[in-house]
Amino acid sequence: MYSIVERRMIVPNMHEFIVRAPVVAESVKPGNFIMLRPDPTGERIPLSVADWDREAGTVTSIFMQVGGTTAKLARLKPGDTIPTYVGPLGKETVIDKFGTVLCVGGCYGIGSIYPIARALKEAGNRVVVLLEARSSFLLYWEDKLARVANDLFVITRDGTKGRKGHIDKIPELMGAAGIVPDRVIVNGCTFQMMRVSEVTKPLGWKTIVNMNPIMIDGTGMCGVCRLSVGGKTKFACVDGPDFDGHEIDWAEFLARRKGYSPEEVDPLRHSSCRSRF
Amino acid sequence: MAEEKPEKKKLDLQRRPMPKQNHWERVKNFDEVALGYPVAAAVEEASRCIKCKKPLCNQGCPVGIDIPGFIKCIVEGDFGSGIRKIKKTNALPAICGRVCPQEEQCEKTCILGNKQAPVAIGRLERFLADWEAAEGKIEVPDMAPKTGKKVAVIGAGPAGITVANDLIILGHEVTIFEALHECGGVLIYGIPEFRLPKAIVNREVNYVRSLGVKIYTDFVVGKTRTVNRLLEEFDAVFVGSGAGLPWFMEIPGENLNGVYSANEYLTRVNLMKGFRFPEYDTPVKRPSRVAVVGGGNVAMDSARTAVRLGADEVHLVYRRSKAELPARVEEVENAEEEGVIFDLLNLPVRLIGDENGWIKEIECLRMELGAPDESGRRKPVPIQGSNYRVSFDAIVMAIGNGPNPLIQMTTPGLDINKKGGLATDPATGRTSRPNIWAGGDIVRGAATVISAMGDGRIAAASIHRYLMNREGEAPVT
Ligand SMILES: Cc1cc2nc3c(=O)[nH]c(=O)nc-3n(C[C@H](O)[C@H](O)[C@H](O)COP(=O)(O)OP(=O)(O)OC[C@H]3O[C@@H](n4cnc5c(N)ncnc54)[C@H](O)[C@@H]3O)c2cc1C
Ligand code: SF4
Repeated sequence: MYSIVERRMIVPNMHEFIVRAPVVAESVKPGNFIMLRPDPTGERIPLSVADWDREAGTVTSIFMQVGGTTAKLARLKPGDTIPTYVGPLGKETVIDKFGTVLCVGGCYGIGSIYPIARALKEAGNRVVVLLEARSSFLLYWEDKLARVANDLFVITRDGTKGRKGHIDKIPELMGAAGIVPDRVIVNGCTFQMMRVSEVTKPLGWKTIVNMNPIMIDGTGMCGVCRLSVGGKTKFACVDGPDFDGHEIDWAEFLARRKGYSPEEVDPLRHSSCRSRF
Repeated sequence: MAEEKPEKKKLDLQRRPMPKQNHWERVKNFDEVALGYPVAAAVEEASRCIKCKKPLCNQGCPVGIDIPGFIKCIVEGDFGSGIRKIKKTNALPAICGRVCPQEEQCEKTCILGNKQAPVAIGRLERFLADWEAAEGKIEVPDMAPKTGKKVAVIGAGPAGITVANDLIILGHEVTIFEALHECGGVLIYGIPEFRLPKAIVNREVNYVRSLGVKIYTDFVVGKTRTVNRLLEEFDAVFVGSGAGLPWFMEIPGENLNGVYSANEYLTRVNLMKGFRFPEYDTPVKRPSRVAVVGGGNVAMDSARTAVRLGADEVHLVYRRSKAELPARVEEVENAEEEGVIFDLLNLPVRLIGDENGWIKEIECLRMELGAPDESGRRKPVPIQGSNYRVSFDAIVMAIGNGPNPLIQMTTPGLDINKKGGLATDPATGRTSRPNIWAGGDIVRGAATVISAMGDGRIAAASIHRYLMNREGEAPVT
């Protein structure tokens, strides 16, 4: 049993979720995910990690309430327990001294891009953070991210904050600021990761995306998370979740994510993002 | 074999049938198919044993159960002594009696098999185990005094459970680390309820727990903590992490929706209880035309699961002929009774999807049997130009699983064998690192429950010798 330290809605539908799991907190790294079950009859779902406190033995995720499992999570209160919380899973995001790194976060990925940006900063990079949301009231953790970023940009669909428009404005935005990233890292909904990959490809900006397929065990046993990368089948849970966005077969990935939509309870962590495009 | 002079008495060649659920009933439920012998039938079946002077049956059992011994006990009605005899070498008789491929092992070497049906050794073993459980008096073995040595076991499948069982009895402190939220390995996530009730697996797991074995679930060794990190706390590590990596055929269309690995399909149903959706949250598709590719136990289990989920037609697509089907004979018969259609000598070459990325059709080539291959089985060769297509709305790939690479990827210095698993010394189960042992599917690739247990037994003995006298065994280099 793992006890909930905090579960708080930070912006509409988006919850900050802190769980006591000392062995996970001990070795978790940026880009990892955990698998959990909300109750004994629940589904296993993956959540990206957004922060941790090794001393206190806690791990933080941000989840968006979209279906049955996240609805169950959204009802949890501090002190409640959940039966399964396992990790850290997946390969961590590669952190190195790349030069200038553009970290793009949207949706739950604003949370999970944070430890990546922090680690890149510690590794001596110039860290440029770009957050994207439908409207300013959906943004969170700007203060945390501002502390680890050399530059922070915001794009909102309705123009209530930062640049008005879609994520495909990235080249323009970077151009205007005179930034040429040595690497782009995107954590967010599928469409955002796909769009960023599409616009950075012609520019030759290496783009790493943190994939979020349906998973069951999260340890390479079931293969439901498979995707095609550079023409080869990979398992997101053990070969990823980070992959080169320019090599992913996005059409196939989108089709697979919809694999369980009719009877699904909570298959797509962030399916509502689709409405944004 | 021919010299053997069995005791003079009229041979009883009729094997007693084991009651089963009717096939028209059982296709509608997930309850166990085979119901087990009633006492009278068990005693009659046991009485068929001709008490060979030099019995061959126990040589056929990978863990060397005293088969004539326990059979004699059944004949005499002394079931308590019978189960005790079995448990000396097999900690999981209720499981082995149900899932061992007996026709390849103990029953293969039974002399009566030369005449007609061998003694139903597996069913009798199951009978004793179930009798003991029903009596509710599970005997606790004598425990050796505590040694103060600590052993970590990775994986709670049959290999890991056996090692834990043996070492705790020998006085060592044993901790199992299991990646999933339940223990049992393939017994819990793979083999369906209708063949091996989960209550039995849980009973065995609780038994080792009651002996004092500590179990941490939700702990992925290599991720949560590495083997090297465990060795800071433990004197020895046993790796029983199984062959959990599903293979695909690498043919076009395998990533279409509606194409599942058998592991995914069976995990959704067994571990996550998808067959009880929506009471349980994990969904599983209930398509009407299902093709299962493969011919082993995994394929039979998948096909029979699809039948129970209400499919109108379930096909088993296998590239060799019926004689080569690697599944247990009993399960092939059960599958046939339940209406699974066997498309033998067929090789899928392509999967074709609809405009939404869902599986629509499978394209196969017909095969014929050629000369024997390395495995001694006649090699299937494609008949050129025999391609044909059939429509299906789900495909389950049950062509095999490989060793899970996570441990070797995260543990330096472990040699790898030809199957991609951990290389061990077969006499001890020791890996290329002196304080790490391994056994079961992580060494053999997908094999059997009993071979995993046999490996566990050998490794436990070697670990014990090592712990009690470190100099006793020179480290393998
Ligand atoms: C569907 C199916 C049907 C089968 N039917 C039969 C049958 O009828 N008869 C028969 O004899 N055999 C059968 N088999 C094969 C048999 O189940 C296996 O050979 C046997 O279970 C192997 O035992 P094991 O202990 O080596 O591994 P497993 O049973 O695979 O157990 C390994 C355990 O280790 C855990 N694990 C893996 N990696 C880690 C890690 N890094 N950290 C912690 N834990 C980890 C896994 O979660 C799992 O619980 C079948 C297999 C399948 C899939
Ligand atoms: S353990 Fe398996 S092989 Fe051995 S006697 Fe029992 S059924 Fe036969």
